[in-house]
This record gives sequence, structure tokens and C-alpha cells, in this order.
Amino acid sequence: MTRRIVTLFAAGALGLAGAAPAWAEGELNIYNWGNYTNPELIEKFEKAYDVDVTLDGYDSNETMLAKVKEGGTGYDIVVPGDYMIKIMIEQGLLAEIKPNEMENFEHMDPKWVDVWWDPGRNYSVPWQWGTTSFTVDTEVFKGDDIHTLALLFEPPEELQGRINMLNDMNDVINAGLRYLGYERCNGNVEELKEVTELLLNAKQHWRTMDYSTIEKLTSGDVDISQNWNGAAMRARAQRPTLQYAYPKEGFTGWMDNVAVLADAPNMENAKLFVNFIMAPENAALISNFARYANGIAGSEEFMDPEMLTAPEIVMPADAPAPDFVRPCPQETVDMYNKIWTRLKQ
Amino acid sequence: MAEAQSTLVDARRAAEVRERRARWLLLAPALLTIGIFGLFPLTITLIYSFLSPGTYGGVTWEFSTDAYVQFLFERDIFDGTLEFSSTYLQIYGRSIGLAFVATVGALIIGFPTAYFIASKPPEQRNVWLFLITLPFWTNLLIRTYAVLLIIRDEGIINLGLINAGLIDRPISILYTDTAVFIGLIYSYLPFMVLPLYASLEKLDFRLVEAAYDLYATRFQVLRRIIVPAAKPGIVAGSILVFIPGLGAYITPTLLGGGKELMIGNLIALQFGSSRNWPFGSAAALILMAVVMVALLIYVRNASREGGNHG
Repeated sequence: MTRRIVTLFAAGALGLAGAAPAWAEGELNIYNWGNYTNPELIEKFEKAYDVDVTLDGYDSNETMLAKVKEGGTGYDIVVPGDYMIKIMIEQGLLAEIKPNEMENFEHMDPKWVDVWWDPGRNYSVPWQWGTTSFTVDTEVFKGDDIHTLALLFEPPEELQGRINMLNDMNDVINAGLRYLGYERCNGNVEELKEVTELLLNAKQHWRTMDYSTIEKLTSGDVDISQNWNGAAMRARAQRPTLQYAYPKEGFTGWMDNVAVLADAPNMENAKLFVNFIMAPENAALISNFARYANGIAGSEEFMDPEMLTAPEIVMPADAPAPDFVRPCPQETVDMYNKIWTRLKQ
Repeated sequence: MAEAQSTLVDARRAAEVRERRARWLLLAPALLTIGIFGLFPLTITLIYSFLSPGTYGGVTWEFSTDAYVQFLFERDIFDGTLEFSSTYLQIYGRSIGLAFVATVGALIIGFPTAYFIASKPPEQRNVWLFLITLPFWTNLLIRTYAVLLIIRDEGIINLGLINAGLIDRPISILYTDTAVFIGLIYSYLPFMVLPLYASLEKLDFRLVEAAYDLYATRFQVLRRIIVPAAKPGIVAGSILVFIPGLGAYITPTLLGGGKELMIGNLIALQFGSSRNWPFGSAAALILMAVVMVALLIYVRNASREGGNHG
């Protein structure tokens, strides 16, 4: 009931806002991760279809979900991570737009079609995919082997107090589980207890816990940071001594996917956009900006040459395979929450 | 005659009715605003705080007091027993402490500032007030980033001190409680200065002169003439700094480094990755209750002391 009233109010407010004149043929409202969308891509789409695009940003899957769930956001396009796609499909929040029947679907790299979060691709197409590990300044770190999570959890003296961790429950706890050699989505009480100890102990050496990794590294606030590979590449462009690690204990792989909200006000434009970004030259635009691989075959020839050889994208042969973590059961999430709050109290 | 009187009474009554109606009409925008933007969301918050969390955020319509129990007690993750937990109390304590210190700091800086402005000739005061409000022309986020740039390891302060040869390696200010403290004072200082100025402006400086004539020391003048006169300003200013400081979100997020939660961050977390809206609502209501109690105590004490002086 309350929710209906809220929706009514929101609809009223939106109605007022919607009265503003639209300049272009149509509109498209994109809700994507912050600092993740190439402005050139947007301009190109606007010109091609005479559509006025509005871009808004979020900093975590959960923030986006919380907003979208209440409905009436006015957004058409969202870019959730793999597990969040699955959740949103289950919740009926995404429109079944059948990208697999679209014209440009032929460009999809077959290895990204039958994924566990959207088998056969009935709801979403790849935006970018990457890995979550960490970046360290090899000039500051005196050891030779950077490929171990020990740098984050039992750092040598020169890195103590110079560490940024992602402000993300799953990324931090998963890294801890890997370091101790335990399974992800772990409900084992004894093992979680050990992880809690490990994290509490390591926290004294961490300077910050924040999502803005590029800025933290390039400003010299920290010398080592948990990081996504694309962000690592962008940071390295400004601080060449940074190196992206492929820890032997393992690291996370993920894919962000473009999907259309079930209540999208501009459904047709949204579908146009989904088809548009599957074209190799457009997918390359996405990658050239945010520096991640994109999952569209043939986009390589339109990408910046340095991306094809970048150590952040081309994994060394002896690196473990990226671990695509599935959503955990609620009891595990509850335990993670408690560990997380205890860590940050 | 009697008839004339009764028409007079009627006319007066009609005028009263009209006036009452006009008063309500004038009040209506304020009441509507409070109702729609104050009481209505607050009611939702209250209701949500007594429901159960939905699996992926939101609430399910099942009555539960878990959110409030969770605030003080924790079901041990490892053996399931309910035991007292100070986790959230610590977070509240830290926030209250920081907001309090920031209020005192703002008072110490703001008082002389306000006094200085009030003691200027009237035609100059507006210029000074204008300068005080100038930072407000810029968004809080941007001002907080500016503070961040100034105090960071490679910021102006550290570079200046290093270049002057006073220190060898940068002092770590950013991402500590000190940084949050600096940020809070900077953000809310005008809220302290303006009410203080409003009180001090009314101070009759002849009283100060009279006190000196009666051989009062400088400290006595301050304590017995100036401070009592500024009291309403001190109360209002402290409230205006303390309350937003307590719920501050941007400042602790950007300057505190995100390692430790403040109340604002704790609440935001519940609506995000913790997916526990009822607890977020309860935490917000508990914060409101704390503020209300603190205000009552503070205002009552302040007015009692004020009474003694009067």
C-alpha cells in the first residue's frame, strides 16, 4: 500500500518533470557505473538515431538494484554485473528483449553466449568483462614476486599503511578466502572465523577502503590497491611503475552486461542501443575508454593497439583462470554482513 | 440599539472567522510541506523499521522487531546465541564524538569571527557576512574535494612544509579522524558564525565600556557581558553544526577513507550491499531519537543558565 502511494507521488513528480520539451526524436536514459561510458559512443548513438541520451552513474550493483526495485526511475538501460543480472531476471526487473534475435548478435563471441547468468542471452549483452585483483607500484615494493595476496593481507613494511582496499564486501572477503585457500560463498563457521581474524589484522595496514582506485593510486595516496584490470591500465598510464598482479591464490572474473529495464519508458530506443553496442566498432569504443575487453568478436581491429598487448588484458600463461563468483545463499550473505560490519566498526 | 449592537457582534464574528480562515490558508503551505516532506517519509521509515528485510533489498510485510534488537544484540555468527554487542554503539559513539568536537572547534573559531564582524561599522558588516557565505556558492562535494586536495600527502600543506624544510616526509592527515574533523568544521562554520553574529550584533557595546569603567578585567567582560549576550547565538549555532555533523555522509566518506563507518555511512550501507532496509530505517530513527534527546537536554540547560543571568 505504502509503496503504491510512493509510486503515485513519484509518478506525479515525474509527470511534472516530463513536461519539459524533448529536443531530439526520442530519449534514452542510461544508468551505468560511474566513469565507465565513452562519451564518443554516446555522441555517435545520438547522431545515428537522433536520440537524446541522458547518462547517470552508480558505484555498486546494490545501489543500482535498490533504486531500480522501487520502480519509476525513468531509466531504460542498466549495466549490472553477472550475478546481478541473474538476480534482476529472477525479480522480473529486466525486459526480455531477445538480443539473440538482433541483427548484430552474430558478432558476439560464442564463449559469452551461454553464460550462467543469462543462458542463451535472452536479456543482456556483454558491456565489458575483466578481472578484480590488485595493482602495486613496483618501485615502492622491494620484493620480486608481486603475484600473491600476501601483499594485501601480510604486507611488507614498505607497503604498510599504503594500501587501498575496494569498499566492497564480496571483493574483500573473497580475497581473504582465497588467501587462506578456502571456498568462496563459504558457510563454514570455523573458516569464516579465520578470515575475520585475517581481515581485522590486516586492516591496521590499510589506509583506505574506497572504490576510486585510479585517483587513489595516481595521486600517490597509496602504493597498492585492490583494482579492476581496466582501472589498473588507466592508472598505469599516469603512473608507469604500477603493475597489475595475477595472484597465484586466485582472483575474481566478472562481466558487466547491458540490459533493459522492464518498465523502460523508451523501450524501442533501448533495443536500438543494445543492438548498436554489439557492432564491433562500437564495442571497441567502449573498450578504448574504460580499458576492458568487451566480448564482441572482431572489435580488436578497432581497438587501440596498446590494448591488444597490455599486461592487464593479456594474462600470463601461468596465471590461474579468473573465478566468476556466483551469488551466495542468504545465510552466507548474512554472515558476510556481520564480518563486514565488524571489520568497519 | 440592541439590533445595531448585534450586527456589530455579527460583523466582528464574521471578521474573526475570516481571519482564522486566512491564518489557516497562510499556514497551509508550511503544513503541507511538513506533512508531505517530513511526516510522510518519516512514517514510512517508522513502518519499515518494524518489518523484515527482503532478500534483495526492500521489505517483506512481516512484523519484526529484529532491526531494533540487532542494534544492541548480536546473534553470534559462530554459535547462534544472542549476546550484547557494542558494534553499532561504537559507530554512534564515534560519530557523536566527532560531531561534538567539530561543534566545539567551530565555536572556538566562529566566536571571534562573529565578534570581529559585529564590532565593525554597520556599512562594512555586510561585506564580511558576504565573505562568510561565499563558500556556500559552491557545492559541498566540491568544497570537500578542495579540502582533500589541500591536506593530502602531496597537497599544498605538506608540499609547503617540505619545501620550507620543516619536515622530511609528509604528515598523514588525509584519511584520519583529523581530516574528517577539519572537513566538518570547514563545511559547517558559517552555520556557527551567522547565528553568533545575529546575537552579537544586538550587543550594546556601551555595556562593555561601562564594565571597563567599573574595573572589570578583559576576561570578566567576556564572561559576564559578551558571552551571555551571545548565548542564543551559541545555542542556535551549536545545534546547526552538531546535527548535520552527526549525520554527515560525504565528509567522512571522502576524507575518512571509508575504513570506519559513521552513522551516515552505516545507514547508507543498509540500503545498499547489506540489503537490510528495516535496520537502516531503525538506525535512522535511533539517530533522530538521540538528536532529539540531546537537543532537549541542551536547550533546557541553556535556558536555565540564561535565566540565572537574567
